[in-house]
Amino acid sequence: MTAVDNASNSDQLVVTQRLDRSTSVTEFVLERRDRRRLPDWAPGAHIDVVLPSGKIRQYSLCGDRWAPHQYRIAVQRDDLGGGGSVELHTELKPGDTISFGGPRNNFRLAPAQSYRFIAGGIGISALLPMIAQANLLGLEWQLLYLGRNLERMAYQELQERYPERVTVHASQNAGRISIREWLGSPPDDTMVYACGPESLLEALPEACSDLPETTLRTERFTNTMADAIVSSEPYEIKLQRSGRVVEAPGNTSVVDVLANAGVDVITSCSQGVCGTCEVDVLAGEIDHRDAILDDDERATNTCMFPCVSRSLSERLVLDL
Amino acid sequence: MTTNAVSKCPFTGAPDLAPASHEQQVDVPVLLEDPFEESNLADPHPMHKRLRDADADVVYLPAYDIYAVARYEAVLDTLENWQDYSSAAGVGLSNFNKEEPWRTPSLLLEADPPKHDAPRATLEKILGARQLRRFQTDWTNTAHRLVDGLLTNAQHQTARAIELDAVTEISEVYPLSVFPDAVGLQQGGLDNLLPYGNFAFNAFGPRNRLVTDELDTIGPVMEWVGQQCPRDALNPDSFGGDIWRAADQRNITEEQAPLIVRSLLTAGVDTTVYGISAVLYHLASNPEQYARLREQPQLVRRVFEEALRLESPVQTFFRTTTRKVQIGDTTLPENQKILMFLGAANRDPRRWDNADDFDLDRDPSGHLAFGSGAHQCVGQHVARLEASCVLDALIERVEGIEFAAPPVRKINNTLLGWHSLPLRFIPA
Ligand code: HEM
Repeated sequence: MTAVDNASNSDQLVVTQRLDRSTSVTEFVLERRDRRRLPDWAPGAHIDVVLPSGKIRQYSLCGDRWAPHQYRIAVQRDDLGGGGSVELHTELKPGDTISFGGPRNNFRLAPAQSYRFIAGGIGISALLPMIAQANLLGLEWQLLYLGRNLERMAYQELQERYPERVTVHASQNAGRISIREWLGSPPDDTMVYACGPESLLEALPEACSDLPETTLRTERFTNTMADAIVSSEPYEIKLQRSGRVVEAPGNTSVVDVLANAGVDVITSCSQGVCGTCEVDVLAGEIDHRDAILDDDERATNTCMFPCVSRSLSERLVLDL
Repeated sequence: MTTNAVSKCPFTGAPDLAPASHEQQVDVPVLLEDPFEESNLADPHPMHKRLRDADADVVYLPAYDIYAVARYEAVLDTLENWQDYSSAAGVGLSNFNKEEPWRTPSLLLEADPPKHDAPRATLEKILGARQLRRFQTDWTNTAHRLVDGLLTNAQHQTARAIELDAVTEISEVYPLSVFPDAVGLQQGGLDNLLPYGNFAFNAFGPRNRLVTDELDTIGPVMEWVGQQCPRDALNPDSFGGDIWRAADQRNITEEQAPLIVRSLLTAGVDTTVYGISAVLYHLASNPEQYARLREQPQLVRRVFEEALRLESPVQTFFRTTTRKVQIGDTTLPENQKILMFLGAANRDPRRWDNADDFDLDRDPSGHLAFGSGAHQCVGQHVARLEASCVLDALIERVEGIEFAAPPVRKINNTLLGWHSLPLRFIPA
């Protein structure tokens, strides 16, 4: 991999370890080359991983937030998918580099007295930090971990550690299980967190119909994201108000490009978190890397956080 | 001012230094400074320089048995490293692991992840820049009415100019005419807000006169603040209403909601009052930069950030070590208070050229007046919107600003600002 890694390219992550977690799941440990802190995250967060091929994939962070210089993602190899997971599995070796955006969080762990976690397959990776947090806070929790084939299911050691709390169920061996029965009637202040494939999530509202509506929180792990390819080609930034046009090399955030051209945009966190540098975008397609906008807001393509974000199109027109 | 002996001696007095570290006994500069002495509170910059210029990134202040950081990089690292430096033991001198807090601790400022997560995510959403756009027109109009009123009704009017105290006539007036409404307060009693904030920010310091003088009067003020936080006290179409709706959606609990409303009332008033005074002070001190701002109104945001950098209305916050931590050659023991000088970091010549100058050609990005990391000011967009509304109105109607008399400092254990700013406005 030839990606340059310098201070202004702080979105570069090096693979420091690969850990096989099942026959089809590999965990990647990612750090900055200089081991500087990475942006903070909370359980439920994911990062956008930009692969060497330019493909973007979203992976839940499954590591420990008390290790601030390190992210972990667990990747299930999917030979029938869009090729992202296969690229990670077959090509990414320790020492190789990827870039990332975020972390973003659409699946936050809300406060409750007890939790019911339901994982389908690799959906377990989003729930691991939640389980760790429930433990840390001394809260009651139960996990139902569903899959087809035991050999493919990662992190089953949870069951050995917490035999009273964890139910692992592989449909290949034991057929279907009733989620409603497993849930039973949990204590009043319970929240249900589920992550897995569409088929699992679709069944949940019905399985939870006896519980208050606000109880169930879900996240889909399949990458339904458009197969956008991030370009590392040079692009052009037009500043509408002054009429200036600035050439941007690929792989560089808009703020860095503008600063080099003598145009300062006031920033604060430089991580796409605080929102200080927001600018309106008048034309062009944005390569969003911030932690602020949700998917719908991103899709409107009308504003960006130039401290981390850049361009997908050849030209970006900013209201500056 | 006392001259301070800056002695570099082997520091052995730290409680809790585990025996294992005896062999690698380290040196830490010991400074006999009292950051909360009133002369330092009124004019902290000479002391800041001594703290930064000590021989290490961290120093020890025996006056309070605390460590302190004042250089930019060290302050930034401490702010961002919530894993090693806790807020839950209080962000003032008092260590909540050992002492009873004066009020129920804040769910934001005085909390660590994971408990900090849900209140923080909720407020970030509610106070996000895009959410604030709905106030733009109203807050702009309010600022124009204020400035127009000052120009037409001024007490001291000469042929060309008017004179006023910018603190009592602008900085304290404007935030109080927009912010309580936005929070959803609707029962009057707003004159409690400034004393409450003033007390809260004093309470982060030692129990000196600034705290003890207020103890007799603060009770009813605290009670009033508590009464503003329940759902039925608040206008539903407001930040407060948004907070309670987050409880309905179970993103936070019903017990958390009123305390999160309280955070806005503690942190959202005095800070902006001081922030607006800071920018007016620096504009009055630099008339040529005010003239430039009038020619290039798009500099309004930079003007405010540069004033915040120089003034740092919130000067200091503490953290408490969660374990033994290493800063350079120094090992801090566990459960040890460390004081972060935001104001010193914002004028550190290691980070800023001509650090003491108010300079509109500089990029103030990265200043630490709003903190950094997990606790970085969640109200920063509110502060910016208020300040830019005031400045926009001012540059439209006022051609020049100058001092009519020397300004007078206000003394607070945490905040740096002005008691009075006698200014002369020359109408445009
Ligand atoms: C110029 C004005 C302001 C300044 C200089 C300022 C400064 C700060 C600083 C330095 C912190 C970080 C505390 C830490 O790290 O321990 C902070 C946090 C905070 N600020 Fe502000 N602030 C301002 C305005 C506001 C406003 C208008 C609001 C409310 C709308 C607000 C609400 C808060 C809250 C709730 C926190 C705690 C955040 C957390 O701990 O996660 N502030 N502020």
